[in-house]
Amino acid sequence: MILAWPGAGADVTGRFVEWLKSALLEVQEYVFMIGKVARGLVSRPFYYRDVIEQFDAIGVGSLTVVLLTGMFTGMVLALQSGFTLDQFGARSMVGRLVGASIVKELGPVLTGLMVAGRVGSGIAAELGSMMVTDQIAALRALGTDPIRKLVVPRILAGLVMVPLLTVAASALGMVGGWLVTYSLLRVASSVYWNAVIQGLYIQDVWMGLIKPFFLGFAIVSIGCHVGLRAKGGTQGVGRATTNAVVASSVAVIAVDYLVTQVLIVLMY
Amino acid sequence: MTTDRAPRPALLDEALAFGGPIIVFDDVWLAFDEKVILRDVSFTLQTGHTKIFLGASGAGKSTILRLILGLLKPDRGRIFVNGEQVDGMTEDELMAVRADLGMVFQEGALFDSLTVRENVGYKLYEELYWPLDKADTRVQEVLGFIGLGEFIDRMPSELSGGQRRRVAIARAMAAKPRILLYDEPTTGLDPITALTVDEEIIKLRDFEGVSSILVTHQLRDAFFVAEHTAVRQSSNVQFDRASEQKASEAEFIMLKDGTIHFEGNAEQLRAFANRDEYVAAFLS
Repeated sequence: MILAWPGAGADVTGRFVEWLKSALLEVQEYVFMIGKVARGLVSRPFYYRDVIEQFDAIGVGSLTVVLLTGMFTGMVLALQSGFTLDQFGARSMVGRLVGASIVKELGPVLTGLMVAGRVGSGIAAELGSMMVTDQIAALRALGTDPIRKLVVPRILAGLVMVPLLTVAASALGMVGGWLVTYSLLRVASSVYWNAVIQGLYIQDVWMGLIKPFFLGFAIVSIGCHVGLRAKGGTQGVGRATTNAVVASSVAVIAVDYLVTQVLIVLMY
Repeated sequence: MTTDRAPRPALLDEALAFGGPIIVFDDVWLAFDEKVILRDVSFTLQTGHTKIFLGASGAGKSTILRLILGLLKPDRGRIFVNGEQVDGMTEDELMAVRADLGMVFQEGALFDSLTVRENVGYKLYEELYWPLDKADTRVQEVLGFIGLGEFIDRMPSELSGGQRRRVAIARAMAAKPRILLYDEPTTGLDPITALTVDEEIIKLRDFEGVSSILVTHQLRDAFFVAEHTAVRQSSNVQFDRASEQKASEAEFIMLKDGTIHFEGNAEQLRAFANRDEYVAAFLS
């Protein structure tokens, strides 16, 4: 019994207190960073060129992986739901299921997860290595605020590009669903697309468009925060990268749930 | 070289003319958690002079440079840079102070994703919004000054360690700061390359009138910078032994456990080594 060992209780409590303190410190630093970002968004200097670069890196750079994910998700969804609905003689309803699932939930979440894996890790690795090699300190010494130069452009790109990527992924997901429904399930195209339209309400579309803003913000801000807190050489950069992917992936699922809950209350 | 430096009020300019107190530390204390890094550190860097900080690793040498730049805040005490008290300044206020400071980081800290031209001209292009042709001319000028003009379009990864340090010096001096801070600029370099870096430091001090703080544990480099002077001879630059007067403008500060253990010129440091074990061990 480890807990019966003299002093073990105090040791566990001590470690818990330490963990709690460091967790609270992280939250505090994250909130400070967000505050600085908010100020950076409404005051000068503003680094337009970096914003454009990040739109390209985060948006265009993630397009292929997000489109492939969306398409294959739509295809497998049609395949699975087709065979299940067949048992009830409702094969023609595949479009309803694919459309609603992709637009409301799978499009935003899977895009978020893909972006978290590709962009969140990249941001943490890039900023982390800049941190441990003193490049961030050099930026400050040269009169540049790293938040304005590095964080604000990335967060703006996340806010704008993740929703656009989600739209593209959802669209291709529905096309993927149509491909399988038409070619394997032998359902007419008009029946599929009609079912997609009938199965979607305007609130669903709004939900599919609003959620990615929050997901994009969460992924990029976590990547930036973890990267800027990296310390301890290359090992620290590796740790920051892993932490960023884990934290932003969990955040995608958690934020998705919370925003969905709020939107259901507000819109339905 | 041209001398259009960051503007300063006339009275301040007069007060901080050659020999004026351009950097002042007054009873500065700093601790990280339980560990005291600096205790009761006070010194003054005079305009046009050089302060050389020596001491073992972890003695607090680099911390002093970070305090001057405002990258760290002291727990107690006052720090004046260019007549401004910086210890209580916000990040935005510090940006104005940093306009007149240049820093050469330990490993150069060049931006990996930018070329040598973009690294050297970073402040001119991104922060000072110099016209492109004027900024380009200045970048070529400083790269010529450090003898790396032909490397202008290379990436930092394509340079040797010594070249990276020299590019870092060029970046620090590009915006013509009155104060340059060097953090271990020769550590890890072979003696010949280190000498070229030392010569750049001397040239900036003697030709540009830059006040400098050099943090190092390379004694050979420290004494070379303190006891040599740069002299122009037609198109060449020669490095001669400095006169007694000139050598006294370079002062050594030896840090030990966060406190100032010794302060004085090169001759006084050698004399002190005869009666102090720590300094003797360091100089041996």
